[in-house]
Amino acid sequence: MTQKNTDNGQNNGDFLNLAPRILELLKGVNQVELENFSMNIGDLDLFIPSCSYAAREGSGAPAACPPPARARPATLVPETYAPNLTEYPGRIREVTLGATKVGGGSRGKTVTIGGATTPAYADRLRLPPHSPVIALDVFDMPVSLPSALKAHVAGVLDNPAEWAKMNVEKYGADVVTIHLMSTDPLLRDTPVSAAVRTVEDILQAVDVPLIIGGCGDPKKDSLVFSEVAQMARGERLVLNSVTLDMAEAKLLEGVATAAKENDHILLAFTGLELNSAKELNRRLYEFIPPEQIIMDLTTVALGYGLEYSFTIHERARYAALMGDTELAHPVISAATNAWAAREAWMKMAGKYGPRELRGPIWETLNAVTLLLAGVDLFLMMHPAAVFTVRDIIGQLEKPAGSAVPPAIDWTGVPL
Amino acid sequence: MKSASGTTRKSIQKISPIDVYKLLPKTNCGECKEANCMAFATRLVNGELFLSGCPPLFTEKYARAREALEELMEPPVRAVTFGTGKNAVTIGGKYVLWRHEFTYHNPTAVAIDVHDQMTPDELVQRVGSIAQFTYNYIGRTLNVNAVAIRSVTKDPAAFAAAVRSVAGATDLPLILCTLDPAVMKAGLEKARDSRPLIYAANGDNWSAMADLALEAGAPLVVSAPGDPALLRSLVRTLLDCGVNDLVLDPGTFAGAGLPETISTFTDIRSQACRQFDELFGFPLLGLPLAVWTGDEISEDVLKWKEAVLASMLMSRYADILIMHSLDGWVLLPQLIWRFNLYTDPRKPVSVEAGVKPFGRPDKNSPVLVTTNYALTYFTVESDIKAANLDCYLIVADTGGLSVESAVAGRIFTAESIATALKDYSIAGLVDHTTLIIPGLAARLSGETEEATGWKILVGPKDSSGIPQFLREHWRTEH
Repeated sequence: MTQKNTDNGQNNGDFLNLAPRILELLKGVNQVELENFSMNIGDLDLFIPSCSYAAREGSGAPAACPPPARARPATLVPETYAPNLTEYPGRIREVTLGATKVGGGSRGKTVTIGGATTPAYADRLRLPPHSPVIALDVFDMPVSLPSALKAHVAGVLDNPAEWAKMNVEKYGADVVTIHLMSTDPLLRDTPVSAAVRTVEDILQAVDVPLIIGGCGDPKKDSLVFSEVAQMARGERLVLNSVTLDMAEAKLLEGVATAAKENDHILLAFTGLELNSAKELNRRLYEFIPPEQIIMDLTTVALGYGLEYSFTIHERARYAALMGDTELAHPVISAATNAWAAREAWMKMAGKYGPRELRGPIWETLNAVTLLLAGVDLFLMMHPAAVFTVRDIIGQLEKPAGSAVPPAIDWTGVPL
Repeated sequence: MKSASGTTRKSIQKISPIDVYKLLPKTNCGECKEANCMAFATRLVNGELFLSGCPPLFTEKYARAREALEELMEPPVRAVTFGTGKNAVTIGGKYVLWRHEFTYHNPTAVAIDVHDQMTPDELVQRVGSIAQFTYNYIGRTLNVNAVAIRSVTKDPAAFAAAVRSVAGATDLPLILCTLDPAVMKAGLEKARDSRPLIYAANGDNWSAMADLALEAGAPLVVSAPGDPALLRSLVRTLLDCGVNDLVLDPGTFAGAGLPETISTFTDIRSQACRQFDELFGFPLLGLPLAVWTGDEISEDVLKWKEAVLASMLMSRYADILIMHSLDGWVLLPQLIWRFNLYTDPRKPVSVEAGVKPFGRPDKNSPVLVTTNYALTYFTVESDIKAANLDCYLIVADTGGLSVESAVAGRIFTAESIATALKDYSIAGLVDHTTLIIPGLAARLSGETEEATGWKILVGPKDSSGIPQFLREHWRTEH
């Protein structure tokens, strides 16, 4: 209620405390009997709503409220503002990718993700301890890519090691993902030994942490992951990914044990379903410490269901911060999935602009949307998207109190 | 947690159908087209229906009950309408901070700017382009909602002329943008009865702007860039002046101010929805066009930045955006994201599995198969309908996974396709044994031929290619 008496009468303070109850009484909400109370009618300056206070409905017509029958303020009514700083009982675990020589690996640097104590970028005073990072993709066999993506990798498409090098040196990849797509039994069915060699080549070519992408076949992946884990002992690779399908096929224990014994990270992949994510994590806890698990909750393209990904990430992060330790793991997002949307790659009518712009903006917005939902690591491809997302992360993590540009009266700027 | 009358407010998730039913007429008159008052109450608390759906409530007899219901169901973020008639736009009306807590109502309105230095021809042309920007997405038409007219000249006559030109050229709602009350007054005179949104009252001009808003019966934006305390003061003051339809502009800062912008939007919406804070319980205005006021000069870079900022603001609670770019690649992702963000998260991800006939299929019509992920299905459906194809579409049960995910996850397999063919008795529908599978499931073709005994044609990777695919392959190859 906007109760504010502009006259500075002595009894104002008392009256203000009473006003809400009086209004309640007048509305007949409940009965209050006033005892030992008297006042002059001149003390009262009541605003009794005579119509609906608001257009309360989505489709509602605007309510025509007559102006209140009382003096309008001559000066600004002072109000204060205090940001709402919620303390959450939970905290996202920190997971370190890659290991240097000291740590038992051969990487030039490690990358730590996680550690959040608030929803992403909701709180200016408690920034996350670690910035989200970007991993760039490499494939171990020629893949069909939209032209806007192909243009940037055409020279290295058949050379995974060179591709990885370019990702790091030219585009500043924090992490490199090698997708061992050729191991798919329905594609080339490359033997495990060849996959291991490919990973060795990439480890030689770059010194950033690596993510090892499987082909999606639970059996083949478990074989490949176990061998790669042994070969790269101590490197803290991310094995992408382990699934409930693997658990069902009784393959989970083998992979998880290989990861634990050789000091690697497991990426637990589930399809937009938090109960599944929790169940998979519970199964993994039997074999490996939680600090070696990150989650992929599934990233869908903008226009093809990004809202499901957005909401699943918001729910997971909030649940984790509220104390659900089974969800308190860092999360990754394959922003490259954005390219599945036809609007990202298809030639369209002129008014929708060239696909050379639509594609990368699609990947960018896919990533930025999930950045706001708490994603810690993005799998990306297009240089413009990578540049923008890195720039946005940098902006968002400026400490509170940094200089903010003055507001400009945009209404009068000629454009 | 106090409402206007001091009663404790309940969040929408805690209001039960019984709470509502008790206040309804309980006559089961059926004017709402529901089976009975309890059914109406249930859909009301689900946010699917509104009080306006119950005509008897608006009679004298139920005035008290209606007031109580209005208070009970009042969203913590007020709904504000601008414009009139069928193009009127309602913004705000939010019940929750996160969409998964309930669902969001009143999709973010997107407005595009024009200004009073443009010639009448330029104005009419740009306004025409704004109104004509549409996109067909899974069978729905997405479009832009409003035109923002800025006064660059700061000349009342020039602004009035621009408002007149725009109002004459479009039915879209208008936002009049100037901080000068004299200029605003001139503009409002040319937009009488059209209930434009007024931008804006600030710390200097609020008194005059309040008068203009009251006189025009139009909603008013409250602007206090980077100063939430001032924003609150202004809201309190304007409410005291009797201006109740307010929209908040906490300031949109690109670049170095981005983190403040995001956290302030988040905090304002959070205090409104979590603490029922009255002064923050209004729709939020985001200004992606703020990027254009910086020192960047490349137009494509500015458009790119505007696209990113608009999308972030929409995800972070903006109820209305004013933008400058009219480029398709900038607007398309915003309109699609808006549509997605405002779908009801309580609705299942999957559609019912089965076989769907399209057009008038006969015994020779093609049979296609896809998965039962809702957006996959709606995309395919929309492409088939748009091309007026006669065919059967098998919707295989993949537990709501898209084709790509279902193939990768071994859920959409030769066996599951064979099962679907059998379960839905496809052999009885057509006289041939040719099945078209999605291009993204190409790798299943050999296995599927073995498992089904049907001839498998690998269709396009994207369902937009289905019409052409059928033209080129159906008559000749099946």
